[in-house]
Amino acid sequence: MSSARRSPMSFVVWGLVLLLVVLHQDNWFWDNGTLVFGFMPVALLYHACISIGAGITWFLATRFAWPEYLADDDLAHAEAARGTQGGTDNQRGTVA
Amino acid sequence: MTQLIIIAVYLSLLLGLGLFSNRLLKSTSSDYMLASHSIGPFLLLMSIFGTTMTAFALVGSTGEAFKEGVVVYGMLASSSGIIHSLCFFLIGVKLWSWGRKYHYRTQIQFFRDRVQSDKIGLLLFPILVGLIVPYLLIGVMASGGVINGVTQGRVVKEDGRVVVKNPTFEEGTFPAWLEHGEKGFADGSKGGVPRPIASLVICGVVLLYVFFGGMRGTAWANAFQTVVFMILGVVTFFVIATKLGTTALTPELGEEAAQSAGVWHQIQAISEHVPEEKLTRTHVSKLKFFTYMLVPFSVGMFPHLFQHWLTAKSANSFKLPVIAHPIFIMIVWVPCVLVGVWATSDLISIPPPIKANPNIVLPFMVKNLAGPLLGGFLTAGILAAIMSSLDSQFLCIGTIFTEDVVVHYGGKGRFSEKQVVTMARLFIVAVVIITYALSLYEPRRVFTLGVWCFSGFSALFPLICAAMYWRRLTKWGAYACVLAAIGSWIYLFVQSDFARNASYTVDFTIGGATYQTMPVASMVLSSVLAMVIVSLLTRPPDDATLSRFFPD
Repeated sequence: MSSARRSPMSFVVWGLVLLLVVLHQDNWFWDNGTLVFGFMPVALLYHACISIGAGITWFLATRFAWPEYLADDDLAHAEAARGTQGGTDNQRGTVA
Repeated sequence: MTQLIIIAVYLSLLLGLGLFSNRLLKSTSSDYMLASHSIGPFLLLMSIFGTTMTAFALVGSTGEAFKEGVVVYGMLASSSGIIHSLCFFLIGVKLWSWGRKYHYRTQIQFFRDRVQSDKIGLLLFPILVGLIVPYLLIGVMASGGVINGVTQGRVVKEDGRVVVKNPTFEEGTFPAWLEHGEKGFADGSKGGVPRPIASLVICGVVLLYVFFGGMRGTAWANAFQTVVFMILGVVTFFVIATKLGTTALTPELGEEAAQSAGVWHQIQAISEHVPEEKLTRTHVSKLKFFTYMLVPFSVGMFPHLFQHWLTAKSANSFKLPVIAHPIFIMIVWVPCVLVGVWATSDLISIPPPIKANPNIVLPFMVKNLAGPLLGGFLTAGILAAIMSSLDSQFLCIGTIFTEDVVVHYGGKGRFSEKQVVTMARLFIVAVVIITYALSLYEPRRVFTLGVWCFSGFSALFPLICAAMYWRRLTKWGAYACVLAAIGSWIYLFVQSDFARNASYTVDFTIGGATYQTMPVASMVLSSVLAMVIVSLLTRPPDDATLSRFFPD
């Protein structure tokens, strides 16, 4: 269950997440009541763009920062499910 | 009455879905509680999104935008897009992996295992259930308010008397204690379905389909309801935009031309009527806005979300929810916030009782601006959002009771699968009865109550984070974290007059300037400090435990 070796892109991804957090605090639009396109308050539009930016960033995260060990886990669970179909219910580990 | 029929048909459909999924239910508690880890990406996205978007998202966001303006979106929607997906990515996927490996069904099982303490479960169980109750309360209160709101008659003054016109139910249909408020019928149910009855019916329907369908039924119902409320939410937005826009353009163009002016022009015309202060954030402190960002961390500790994560078929199933969640939030919240600020314009007259209770601003708009047929569908959409959270929470409290108390202390072989499921159901009913009883008291703002509930879970977030990423977390550090989190939550909740003070903040005065912060910031700071200090002062976890969770 070790973490994957980090690719340079994964640093970019985490940098983008940090950037989103910083950009979220948009002091620059605080008292700006401009209506963009005549209807959309600029503060609302800006934060809607933050949401879109978050979607893109998380897409990149799943592409470049996805832990590699999870692929092995998926394979192991799929094989376990095939081998013990219906019989895993009482196999819970002991709890301290 | 049309709205009521549509709502009844919708609720029947949900029951049918629960019954149908019951036919596919395997007779194991694993299938009942975790759908046998069979949920793929799409169903996982819809069920997780439906679960996190509760009454808070539709009813609460519109009401809060009505009160506070567009700031609401930045406070919780855009921040949630970043933080929720972060939690799914860093917490959810890894917990899923450990859950499959070590066969966890609940958070408490994980914490018992990770900090090597049985008693941590006894401490966490009442706290998690106690924090879910206000979350349930939001849904129960809002569902009653929404159904009552859209079935009410019109309150008018006639010959100096206040009367209710076109009620769904005439005065006297229900017992007076259900119909009358402080000043009588026109101040109570106003001819709509009384709030206590509406809430009771919603609780009953959700209980039934959860009982019939278990987690599989809940996931399907969530997916179905998420589609319903997203589509109908967008429809609601356009219906309200068209109606208000026509009102805005009529003086300039005449009614006929205003109606056919097109949605774009109509929306522009409405926005010109919104007061300036609702478009800016001048009334909100910047530090308060910043500290709001801690509230969405609550998803990392939601026990019902933990259970949803474990239903995933594979780690890859998480990718779609991680990516799409922020976009889905935007699709739901932007229209709701716009509708909320439009309600502050002079294009629609919001009566004082509605102004005093922002929870019913959205149902009021729907009732007054959509026809009865469309109003009924839109109401079903709002109820869908509410119920898609209630169901997961109901199922989760049953699961943690049976797994962490009954089976854990009673012994694994002592009860049959059927007995375990029955006990889960009985516990759920008991919690729902308590929640329902609480909902009958004076309603709080859905948004305020939601923020308090989420803040409590956020205060516990450092625990799950440290348990997964900090080797030095000790048993006593975990205890200190939980006690500091809940202690500070209780103290601040009492200080806020039990959420009656909706704008309560923790203020610091430095150099003559006062800085406002959200209570969640103090809670998180307390829990982090307690956890780190106590962990560093106590014996580290043993190597066997560390090697299970930190093999490198």
